[in-house]
Amino acid sequence: MAELVSIASQIRRDIVRMVHGANSGHPGGSLGCADFFTALYFNVMKHNPAFNMNATNEDVFFLSNGHISPVFYSTLARSGYFSIGELATFRKINSRLQGHPATHEHLPGIRIASGSLGQGMSAAIGAALAKKLNNDPHIVFSLHGDGELDEGQVWEAVMFAVHHKVDNLISTIDWNGQQIDGPTDKVMSLGNIRQKFDAFGWTTLEMNGNNMDDVLATLNKAKSLLGQGKPIGILMHTVMGKGVDFMEGSHEWHGIAPNDEQLARALAQLPETLGDY
Amino acid sequence: MLKEIQSTGNKDTRSGFGDGIAEVARKNPNIVALTADLAGSLKLGQFIKEFPDRFFQCGIAEANMISIAAGLTIGGKIPYTCTFANFSTGRVYDQIRQSVAYSGKNVKICASHAGLTLGEDGATHQILEDIGLMKMLPGMTVIVPCDYAQTKAATEAIADFVGPVYLRFGRPVWPIFTSDKPFEIGKAQFFSEGTDVSIFACGHLVWYAIQAGAILEEKGVSVEIINMHTIKPLDEERVIKSIRKTKCVVTAEEHNIIGGLGDAIAQCAAKNFPVPIEYVGTKDTFGESGKPIELLKKYGLDIPDIVAAAEKVMARKNG
Repeated sequence: MAELVSIASQIRRDIVRMVHGANSGHPGGSLGCADFFTALYFNVMKHNPAFNMNATNEDVFFLSNGHISPVFYSTLARSGYFSIGELATFRKINSRLQGHPATHEHLPGIRIASGSLGQGMSAAIGAALAKKLNNDPHIVFSLHGDGELDEGQVWEAVMFAVHHKVDNLISTIDWNGQQIDGPTDKVMSLGNIRQKFDAFGWTTLEMNGNNMDDVLATLNKAKSLLGQGKPIGILMHTVMGKGVDFMEGSHEWHGIAPNDEQLARALAQLPETLGDY
Repeated sequence: MLKEIQSTGNKDTRSGFGDGIAEVARKNPNIVALTADLAGSLKLGQFIKEFPDRFFQCGIAEANMISIAAGLTIGGKIPYTCTFANFSTGRVYDQIRQSVAYSGKNVKICASHAGLTLGEDGATHQILEDIGLMKMLPGMTVIVPCDYAQTKAATEAIADFVGPVYLRFGRPVWPIFTSDKPFEIGKAQFFSEGTDVSIFACGHLVWYAIQAGAILEEKGVSVEIINMHTIKPLDEERVIKSIRKTKCVVTAEEHNIIGGLGDAIAQCAAKNFPVPIEYVGTKDTFGESGKPIELLKKYGLDIPDIVAAAEKVMARKNG
């Protein structure tokens, strides 16, 4: 547990440093999801950093809200998919670390491009169906933004997953209540998300995505509920910008980079635990 | 002589797809099929009967279908998505662009009811822009077979071809005339060799091009009829060889003259050997309801239109 919290702190440092280094990127959602990524890649998922695209006999994760690529890249590097030094190339020319995740430059750990929103749950369902056809008992995980639920394709996927009993899928919604233009309640009200997922026929859980104990317990509970004919949804309450006080809870930090002074203030709040890249 | 080319029967190209996917699925266990509530129209009955576990009904949700197909490739599957051409392309362009083309996924986008010959359903369903949309996507292969036999052959061939493919076919019953001709992705197919004019056609209009060629031959014209079933990658070597010889071109397609086969041939000619070109296709317009044959006639895609285009382009060459 303490080790996971320590890893998450380093990932948060990586995030703010990457976004500062590129002078562009999306720190808010990335910081909010750092605990979730840490729990997945350093505890919950059975995965192999010796990357194979087909994810044969391993769990697989899809990031649908691709703009939080900094947390994904840091997690993959810190898990051994590629060197942590490569994080310094984020969003720069000739880099494998594109602004949004892509397979085009063959970055290990990325299995499909995301960025244009709403497509990731469908892709995850496809991978889950392939696992069933291949008699591969491993799990497919996916992550989605709450603002992303505005996209109609997500609900096409939600309906499909129930109809086809995709019960090897755990899809998590990052419910931070913020999107680019403001709070989700102002931009496009999501209503009662839990009731919506329940009504579609999902098994739905909720957790505090910034509490490592709760994240681990809920992900493990979700795993225990697989194989019962239903997809599992987790509504993950997070604080956008979590860990950096002046970024917390504001959509203003969805997609802008800290300046030098802001970087220093952010890093002062995030202990260096594994060594900076 | 082109008039000696006879049809060996009549069948819809979509039936070639249905028979082809069932056949190739027997050989390749990784092939799976998805549809968005159009299994019957795409003639998937035999596939579903033989391989029910490899068939995924997506309901009327094409965007979801395309992205699920991309996901299925992660696990080694070869998904064939099956719906009308309109819903296979324009409706899901961003899903194809990001999840399939940019991600380099081995998805086969199989599109029926393309073009005017969809007929009575009218312009909402008669897409005439799909070849252009698909050929603009980096890495996308675009194939437009001309009859039942070639559609069946192409459906089987794309299984062994690694990479995203757009396969376009149609609804009407149409003459079969390629049963004895081998199909190879990317290789132009010649029905005659000539020295006066090159006629490049694809899809249903290949048959019309052959009929037009027979009329031209009777008038003493030496005509070269080429079936460009693969529009991307274009068989530039054979295109250039033909136009160097004939020095003028007609293109014929059931598609807008903007963005389709004609554009591809014109670009190839402009880069390598500029010659006069006349285009047979829809002229930047939508279609309308009607019988397929009536529509081809009204929109200038009939046999006499190809003859007239050939005569015009030869006059330009000589003129």
